[in-house]
Amino acid sequence: MTTAIKTTTATRADSNLASIVAVFVIGATLLFSAGLAQATALHDAAHDTRHAMAFPCH
Amino acid sequence: MLKHMLSGGIIAGAVAGAIAAALQFLFVIPLILEAELYESGARVHFGAGSPQSPAGAPPLGDDWARHLMTVGFDVVAYAAFGLILTALMALAARRGVAVTARQGVIWGLAGFCAVQLAPAIGMPPELPGTINAEVVPRQIWWGLTIVSAAAALALFAFGRGVFALVAGAALLLIPQIIGAPHLDTYFGVVPPELSALFAVRSLAVGAVGWAVLGFLAAWLWERGEG
Repeated sequence: MTTAIKTTTATRADSNLASIVAVFVIGATLLFSAGLAQATALHDAAHDTRHAMAFPCH
Repeated sequence: MLKHMLSGGIIAGAVAGAIAAALQFLFVIPLILEAELYESGARVHFGAGSPQSPAGAPPLGDDWARHLMTVGFDVVAYAAFGLILTALMALAARRGVAVTARQGVIWGLAGFCAVQLAPAIGMPPELPGTINAEVVPRQIWWGLTIVSAAAALALFAFGRGVFALVAGAALLLIPQIIGAPHLDTYFGVVPPELSALFAVRSLAVGAVGWAVLGFLAAWLWERGEG
């Protein structure tokens, strides 16, 4: 019984950690596309945001 | 938990991004448009032997597509920061740190210090037309400086003992001592007064945006956990 509870807690903790990592990675990917990606269309569209937020732009 | 974190980060980011965008259009975007007059050569500072050039920003104009993009990307950028901040808050909560809305403001201001203030020491916010070193090495220095400053602030906040303080101080100092990639020449395309105003205003708007982001991200996190 105790083992079962422990296992459940551990599994939940692992899935929480996986969620944290997933959210972090989604945020970082979004940040890269909005702030750093050099594709011309993306750069032009994000131009004023990048300058106003002091991302290294060009 | 995943859904709760995603919605919290994105909602906090959308609101903070919208507030930051409104402040940018009041205080920052006019300076960008004014600088573009120097970038395009419509105005020339120190041109024709005169040290003077006319001051004054052009009107925002009717380029709605451009301005809408700016609002959109502000929201996307702040949502990205909101997701990262929420993930870090969740990580701290896992380790027994209480994350409340009030403390969220401090989280947000710490984010501002790491993401905007620390890299600005080596690479001040730049107006269009500024001539500078190649972009990719500067982006690398920018990214490493942010990670290093964030780690330093985490050590200050959650570390124990003198070692954490010394390591944190070293992490803050090393990128600045190495220095950002830069050129050996000044070009000064836009007047220094305009550059100075822009640098300070964009940092100030960033500080407001980050404080709002931290407050909202922590508040939404707290609500979801409660």
